[in-house]
Amino acid sequence: MKPEKILKRYGRSGDNLLAILHDIQDASPEHYLSDADLRSAADYLRLPYSFVHGVASFYTMYSLKPRGRNLIRVCQSPPCHLLGSSTISRELIKVLGVGFGETTADRLFTLEMTSCLGVCGVAPAMMVNDRVYGNLTAERIAGIIDDLRRAQ
Amino acid sequence: MNKKILKRFDSLRLEGEKARSNVIRPGSTIIQVGSATCENAAGAREIREEFRKHIASSGRADIVLHDVGCTGRCSLEPIVGILRPGERPVKYQQVSREGVHRIFTDHVLHGQPVAELILDGTQKSGSRYEILFCRGERCGNLAARGLQARLRERLEQRGVGADVVAVQGVNFADMCVGESKFQGGHFLVRPGNHLYRVASDADLERFIDEHLLADRPVQELIVQEQPIGQNFFELYGDISFFNRQSRIALRNSGIIDPTSLPEYLNAGGFHSLARVLAAGDPDGVIAELSASKLRGRGGGGFPTGSKWQMARKEPGGEKYIICNADEGDPGAFMDRSMLEGDPFSVVEGMIIGGFAIGASRGFFYVRAEYPLAIERIENALAACRKHGLLGEDILGSGFSFDLEIRLGAGAFVCGEETALIHSIEGERGQPRIRPPYPSQSGLWGKPTVINNVETFANVPVILEHGAEWFRHIGSDKSGGTKVFALAGKVNHTGLVEVPIGTTLREIIMEIGGGCPKGKRFKAVQTGGPAGGCIPATHADLAVDYDTLTAMGTIMGSGGMIVMDEDDCMVDIAKFFMKFSADESCGKCTPCREGSKRMLEILERITAGEGREDDIAKLERLGLLMKRTSLCGLGRAAANPVLSTLRHYREEYAAHITEHRCPAKRCAALVRYSILADKCVGCTACARNCPANCIAGAAKKPHAIDPERCIKCGRCFRVCRFGAVERN
Ligand SMILES: Cc1cc2nc3c(=O)[nH]c(=O)nc-3n(C[C@H](O)[C@H](O)[C@H](O)COP(=O)(O)O)c2cc1C
Ligand code: SF4
Ligand code: SF4
Ligand code: SF4
Ligand code: FES
Repeated sequence: MKPEKILKRYGRSGDNLLAILHDIQDASPEHYLSDADLRSAADYLRLPYSFVHGVASFYTMYSLKPRGRNLIRVCQSPPCHLLGSSTISRELIKVLGVGFGETTADRLFTLEMTSCLGVCGVAPAMMVNDRVYGNLTAERIAGIIDDLRRAQ
Repeated sequence: MNKKILKRFDSLRLEGEKARSNVIRPGSTIIQVGSATCENAAGAREIREEFRKHIASSGRADIVLHDVGCTGRCSLEPIVGILRPGERPVKYQQVSREGVHRIFTDHVLHGQPVAELILDGTQKSGSRYEILFCRGERCGNLAARGLQARLRERLEQRGVGADVVAVQGVNFADMCVGESKFQGGHFLVRPGNHLYRVASDADLERFIDEHLLADRPVQELIVQEQPIGQNFFELYGDISFFNRQSRIALRNSGIIDPTSLPEYLNAGGFHSLARVLAAGDPDGVIAELSASKLRGRGGGGFPTGSKWQMARKEPGGEKYIICNADEGDPGAFMDRSMLEGDPFSVVEGMIIGGFAIGASRGFFYVRAEYPLAIERIENALAACRKHGLLGEDILGSGFSFDLEIRLGAGAFVCGEETALIHSIEGERGQPRIRPPYPSQSGLWGKPTVINNVETFANVPVILEHGAEWFRHIGSDKSGGTKVFALAGKVNHTGLVEVPIGTTLREIIMEIGGGCPKGKRFKAVQTGGPAGGCIPATHADLAVDYDTLTAMGTIMGSGGMIVMDEDDCMVDIAKFFMKFSADESCGKCTPCREGSKRMLEILERITAGEGREDDIAKLERLGLLMKRTSLCGLGRAAANPVLSTLRHYREEYAAHITEHRCPAKRCAALVRYSILADKCVGCTACARNCPANCIAGAAKKPHAIDPERCIKCGRCFRVCRFGAVERN
């Protein structure tokens, strides 16, 4: 969906900013907010661009640079750490060939760190787009990535 | 009492009952599959699909697939329940696709439970009856314990053996309702789910003669009221993880379909709202809450009644009510589970709150990381609007109120109430100095009540069963239960709801089953990054807001992160500090800079480069942050460090002065090597080493290249001959 269309669904009131940014980013194939997106949101809500930029850069779920088609967010919080999240991270780096904050050359995956995902009962955990994977082991990682590749 | 409102509600309930019995016809076999994020993460989605296929190909219309929320037994998910008419429900654990096939063929179709998949290996006894006898530990009803002992004696004397009956001691806490509460003993008999209240030996004899030996339940001894935990006990009461819990906030989780308003109504839902609206007395609601000693479950423990009272007495005009569902504490997942498993309870609590303080608009502030919870809330709000439970003139009472959802965007600090308000207003989620408190000047400058998910979920039951009942369940200063999230090194990870004042030992060792692999329980962190650790030596601590504060930690949102002998307290403190440094919003210097400095020092210490004065520096910085930070995040961020310094100072010292990690956890301070005389050359380590740094021919001793070893410890774990050494 075009950003203009998304904007029209909301009233011109500043408290809709976060929701608008979420929707625009979700609709973006590269999961990010471009400068033009920020400007059109600012114009629509009659807010200064610098304010909108400030909001977008404050919240960790908004990205101001293009990302891969699948967002892999690996939990780095203490409960997952206790159960071996560092092994999972290492394995993902190995399998994907990129580090945290980076996107694979085929633009299929971006690897990110996240704080607790609220599924510590099945730690260690990660989230790929909207789906949560729990009870992870290093052995399972390659298979999960393969499945995601094939699903494209 | 406005009778019209109650009548409207009754017809709604009847409508619901009809709708429900159209879905689940009497006499059906029900297959229950958990459908929460954690269940799905463990594979429940595939299981559900598999059952659907099996039902379709069986062509049976009397087999129904029923989605429920999560039971809170994370470590054994996916959990499946099979309810055949007239039989005791059977629950299965860690069900796989192959498991589905066996369960469906053997049990659903042919009535033969699949023994080795049964949850916790229960129900193997094969006795005709099962008695769950409340031990009365929670309410101090010691008569109960005597009666239970006498029942066992009598069964033995009469020669009634295990083929007929099995007796289990459990904790109900909330079963003692009605006139004669806290007198005599209570027990539940399954199948049939008859709740008995007995007072004398004669009662016991009658029960044995008539019910056990002649299959005629003794109506005069059976309690007629439906206690709130009964549905839960009927389903899960045979399992020791569950039967020591008191499910009040989680009363419907794992039992009802969280997307179905009819099921919520059928479970007694919205009755409190209807009564509150019919009575038309907001002050009465607040008085009842105050008397119940309900304290906020989001961290601060502020009395909910007082908070509502403050907002209510602010002069008129617009007011708001907000549910804080920004749950971000590492180790906490009760709010997610509640919203996914029973969203209507929270909605009902919020509508009652809106009525009590005089608000007409309310908000759910939910973290965007919880897509399923968001979907369930949206669904609940739509259903409520459709049936006149939200919107204009609710149930014909003249009271109008509606709820909206607002999403966070990945900032932990937005759980702080003033930051949350800024975030709803569309700004950066940064806190501001209080006062003014939100109850005076909150969202858009209007009086605003912010409560936690669990706080709201408790409201309808308090009004249903009364403040006195609720207060009696908790401790002197805090009424009711608390839901704890067990995570880390504990056998039964998941949600545990127990009366406030329950000991750590009961929660972690008994219900939680202690640490995996027989390891020694070392400490538990409560309150997440704002809390502290409690060493195992204090396991008999009764958990309450004030006892935890006295231990140098806090209740927080109820996360309990369990650590065993292999865990390093400096390492864990470092991880919490990393969390706080990452999440600091940067508005004030003590928190922004202090958390960074403290993290640097902790990184240095765990890398074996600690300096003599580092402990003193940590303490100085920690106290500074505590005293001068603007909001709760910065003020509490040093707690994990200060509390581990209080209890485990010698571990810090060992890292700094001896360059030694006593738990052998800090990678920079351990070395892996292979003992040539023990190594049989099985190659297991070499095959598993992610760095490919183990060399050796088959059947010959292997060796590790220390230069390339990344110290992951996998060789140490896989060697079955004790040949890998770690020091
Ligand atoms: C950094 C920080 C994060 C917080 N996060 C949450 C949260 O995720 N959920 C919550 O209910 N309360 C959270 N709180 C506490 C809230 O500020 C507030 O006290 C609470 O929502 C009040 O509700 P209650 O009285 O029902 O507990 C947080 C506080 C701080 C300082
Ligand atoms: S204490 Fe930390 S999180 Fe709170 S306002 Fe200051 S910098 Fe922000
Ligand atoms: S610790 Fe890990 S990297 Fe080092 S030798 Fe063992 S398996 Fe290999
Ligand atoms: S696993 Fe143990 S016994 Fe086998 S090769 Fe490695 S060190 Fe030797
Ligand atoms: S700590 Fe990883 S999901 Fe909570």
